[in-house]
Amino acid sequence: MFIKQLSIFIENRPGRINEATKALAESNINIVCVSLSDTADYGIFRLIVSNPKAAQEVLTEKGFSSTLTDVVGVKLPHHFGMLNKMTEAITKAGVDLSYIYAFNSGKENAAVIIKTSDNEKAESAVKAAGLEVLNPSAAYNL
Amino acid sequence: MIWAKEETLSRSEIEEIQLAKLKKTVAYVYENLPAYRVKMDAVGVKPDHIKTLADVRHLPFITKQDMRDQYPFGWFAVPQKDIVRIHASSGTTGKPTVVGYTRRDLENWAECVARLACAGGATPESVAQICFGYGMFTGALGLHSGLERIGAAIIPSSTGNTQKQIMYMKDFGTSLLVATPSYALRIAEVAMEMGLNPQKDINLKVGLFGSEMLTEAIRAECVKVFGDQILVTSNYGMSEIGGPGVSGECEYLCGFHINEDHFLCEVIDPKTGEVLPMGEKGELVVTCLDKEAQPLVRYRTRDITRLICEPCKCGRTTIRMENFSGRTDDMLKIKGVNVFPSQIEEVLLSMDEIGPHYEIIVEKVGHTDKLTIRVELAPEKMTDDYQKLNAIGKKINAKLKVILGLDTIIKLESPNTLQRFEGKAKRVRDLRPKETLMN
Repeated sequence: MFIKQLSIFIENRPGRINEATKALAESNINIVCVSLSDTADYGIFRLIVSNPKAAQEVLTEKGFSSTLTDVVGVKLPHHFGMLNKMTEAITKAGVDLSYIYAFNSGKENAAVIIKTSDNEKAESAVKAAGLEVLNPSAAYNL
Repeated sequence: MIWAKEETLSRSEIEEIQLAKLKKTVAYVYENLPAYRVKMDAVGVKPDHIKTLADVRHLPFITKQDMRDQYPFGWFAVPQKDIVRIHASSGTTGKPTVVGYTRRDLENWAECVARLACAGGATPESVAQICFGYGMFTGALGLHSGLERIGAAIIPSSTGNTQKQIMYMKDFGTSLLVATPSYALRIAEVAMEMGLNPQKDINLKVGLFGSEMLTEAIRAECVKVFGDQILVTSNYGMSEIGGPGVSGECEYLCGFHINEDHFLCEVIDPKTGEVLPMGEKGELVVTCLDKEAQPLVRYRTRDITRLICEPCKCGRTTIRMENFSGRTDDMLKIKGVNVFPSQIEEVLLSMDEIGPHYEIIVEKVGHTDKLTIRVELAPEKMTDDYQKLNAIGKKINAKLKVILGLDTIIKLESPNTLQRFEGKAKRVRDLRPKETLMN
């Protein structure tokens, strides 16, 4: 079971992100973390939310195109080289990283969300390297 | 079912009728329409110069501008007391053009439309919902009277309130839909939004479309959404020559059968005005052969087609117009290339990554034309992958480049972003300064 990330198609138009977040706010859906970069005509607004399925339904109703994508959450202790430990394990397993963004940063540890060419392989490689993987329900309810 | 015996006459019989009516019309027009008599005198043509059908080529044209110059009633050939109905075009590109009818004209109109509706799939059993705007527009009342003549049950629901339209379709068992093709697709879209299945909850057997070009791609899309049982046909006319009733498709979908005993059709080279040989593509010119109120001679329709005289499997012997390629005034000149919106539409509708709605925007940036096409991403094709999304735009661009020889900018939008139309769709926005359009 992987974390279901909500990926929303957002045209580059004033107020469009606001419309999407408003739809989620009105449905009492909590946003755990987000990622969006500045592309030209449109972007993919990626979010981890409290209830991905319900969030997608609300967005479809409001005229948004969205999809649920499998991603992996990895906990990273606050030490030098921890992110590198993860990328090294993934690289050695022959898996490509599509993207990576920060999930949260607590007292004990930080966490990142990764999307890879083979999530299953990536997950076992990361675990074998001694890192902890977030389970989906924990990720949604943070 | 073939409605009238006039649709199956031999070539010599039909031409005999046409010649007799043409001679009568030209004499009538010369006598009763000063605006046209001036034109005939200017080129030195008298009614008795018309000895054969081919002699029609010596007569001057009537253009939309001529109609506007005589606004409102300058093309009426009868006294006001004989006029029983007045319609008008929408006048989106200027003053509306007016069309008048005598009682006999209304009779002939219903007869002409009945033939086309019949060819297009209407029967006395049809439950026909007319989603054209009732009002000044000729489409709604034209189809209404033709379908009534056949004996179909008519639901004159007009336009607007799409959800209610769908309720009627479902509850009244509508089997035949009169609409623009784009509104038909909108109806299917709204039905799905309402949680209905257009193939099961609406059981359309016939789409009798008009007022807008029906490209093969849109026809295929209509069959896809309404189901294989639907026969989608188109019929043709224009308000200046009395509205619908000029020609229409039969079930073999191989051209529009012309009501030849009422309309004489020619195809000309739009630049020189010369009549082209049978089968060549050019601008359609129509002469009304049996009109009292507004008997237009050689009206330039600006629609581009060719005429087909090979016999049709349906048994009708009338000459057909090929499905239209566009209008001379729809044609866009972009970077010196002639572009018809219908060419773009064919490409867009062939792709499942996007929906059937689109908007074409032409701008001038510096001295260069820029062609942008807005399309809607199909909801089920949404992906988390930028490369795949970019590839959709690239694929459309590549396909269009093959057809048009031009680069286009493709803008992906969310579903339901682009405007929907109930009447004629306006999918082209030409934002270039006016003077550059004249080139």
